[in-house]
Amino acid sequence: MDWIALALSLRLAAVTTVILLALALPLAWWLTTTRWRWRHVADALVALPMLLPPTVLGYYLLLALGPRSPVGALLLRLTGTSLPFTFPGLVVGSVLYSLPFAVQPMRASFARVDQELLEAAWCLGASRLRTFSRVVLPLSRTGIVAAAVLTFVHTLGEFGVVLMLGGNLPGRTRTVSVAIYDQVQSLDYAAANRTAGVLVGLSFALLALTYRTQREGATRWPTT
Amino acid sequence: MADDLIVRVELRPAHGPPRSVELSLATGDFPLVVLFGPSGAGKSTLLRCLAGLDRPSAGAIHWRSCTWFDAATWVPPQFRDVGFVAQHGALFPHLDVAANVAFGLDALRSAERAARVTEVLDRFDLGALRHRAPATLSGGERQRVALARSLARRPSLLLLDEPFSALDHPARAALRADLRRWVRELGLPTLLVTHDPAEAMAIGDTLAVLDAGRVRQAGPVGEVFEHPRDAATARILGVDTLVAATMLHAIDGRGVVRAGERDLAVSAPDGLTGRVLVCVRAEDVVLFARAPDDGRNGAPGRVVRIDDEGAFTVVALDCGYPLRARLPRRVFGHLGLRVGDEAFAAIDARAAWTIADR
Repeated sequence: MDWIALALSLRLAAVTTVILLALALPLAWWLTTTRWRWRHVADALVALPMLLPPTVLGYYLLLALGPRSPVGALLLRLTGTSLPFTFPGLVVGSVLYSLPFAVQPMRASFARVDQELLEAAWCLGASRLRTFSRVVLPLSRTGIVAAAVLTFVHTLGEFGVVLMLGGNLPGRTRTVSVAIYDQVQSLDYAAANRTAGVLVGLSFALLALTYRTQREGATRWPTT
Repeated sequence: MADDLIVRVELRPAHGPPRSVELSLATGDFPLVVLFGPSGAGKSTLLRCLAGLDRPSAGAIHWRSCTWFDAATWVPPQFRDVGFVAQHGALFPHLDVAANVAFGLDALRSAERAARVTEVLDRFDLGALRHRAPATLSGGERQRVALARSLARRPSLLLLDEPFSALDHPARAALRADLRRWVRELGLPTLLVTHDPAEAMAIGDTLAVLDAGRVRQAGPVGEVFEHPRDAATARILGVDTLVAATMLHAIDGRGVVRAGERDLAVSAPDGLTGRVLVCVRAEDVVLFARAPDDGRNGAPGRVVRIDDEGAFTVVALDCGYPLRARLPRRVFGHLGLRVGDEAFAAIDARAAWTIADR
């Protein structure tokens, strides 16, 4: 059992979830409300990581963040480090990889907020930001919780992006899924079993807990 | 008198044809102005433009000394100082009654805000519902909270878009009476949109009849209902029958017209001559099985059609011109009339208003 890899995976999932919540909330709201004529392009871009093979995403990120690309070169000049094969590099990859899993549930619940409620808030003097925080967010709680859990669990199980972008440095970029891969490669099936079991149990427990809170959230205010 | 409210706007909706809406109201028209008209007349559009929820493509909106919209100005709803209540109240489902009422009072300090909420809840008889969730309220209670929430901000103009149309009859009557009282007590200029003539009659001070974005007629509610200016307005106001006739003479508000084979006493503006239309509401027509011998104002006719309308029966007659009578079902039953029978329609001359037939 590779506890160091598990701790790293949990840390990566937590950091990714926090960053993605901050990023996806405004993005999902914008996608829900915009009347921009190219919004379908934005929609497709956001959904793309869901369908792309993770290795493809990881490969492009490796090229884009590497020292030979303009972005990578700029980062190297500014920070003195290069992102590939580091923990921050993994975070960048995970954020992109899990973006649709954060945005889609939020969008679904934002779209369910009645336009009349927004208009009522505006007529009561509430700015758009206040309307979002006092009306839209509380009414979208279940969607936001779902987004957070899906992001966390999805990041926990990521493999392809990590392999391409992070390599396999113990304590720095070796995540639990890479550890399982290593254990299988070295024919240590017993260790692989234990690690995989922990991962399955953890993901299952988190999802079950979320569905439970969602049920409660759904019945708290009877629909009228 | 200076105009308080001037609206002259054009809209280009994403779906449907462009439309224009015009309305101007003076201080004396308020506090309670009813906008009345058929669906599609532009009533709700007008209200949404006033609230700042729809943005016109051209034109101007002025309220007292403020310009809310013109070629260079756009004031968003947050800064218009209006109250807006729609059909279903739009209460925030995650907040209790008190929190809904407090929502618009952000600018006040918390002690002041709490005092204002209590004051408003008491005024609207909502004190007992203070901690209830909107989902547990009846339709009437919900609209009451929505009104309280809007009025708590002490807006300079209150906009009501069919606020009672989703309520059952007793709740509607009670809330209507309360609204009238509150608006008078506060002296709050209010625009109420409805397509229900009974509601317009019951609640308004001024009635503006809107059709295709234009005001056809505006004035005191009773005056407009009793004396429509033209045939289209009369139809919008629910006049059942317009009888084509010739004016014989009119003096001191009364007149006699020839309709079909008979003379009919009517009320009419002085100086009206020539071809006219007599507005007759079905409820102002009384039916007899035989012509009464007291020389009543009316005409003999034949029953063409009988329709049940719940507690009332509507009888269509041919008196040389088509005429409709609405009478209580029980009263109609006693007459024993059937389709094809002869009947006599008596018309109250004071209720038969005459307009020029152009």
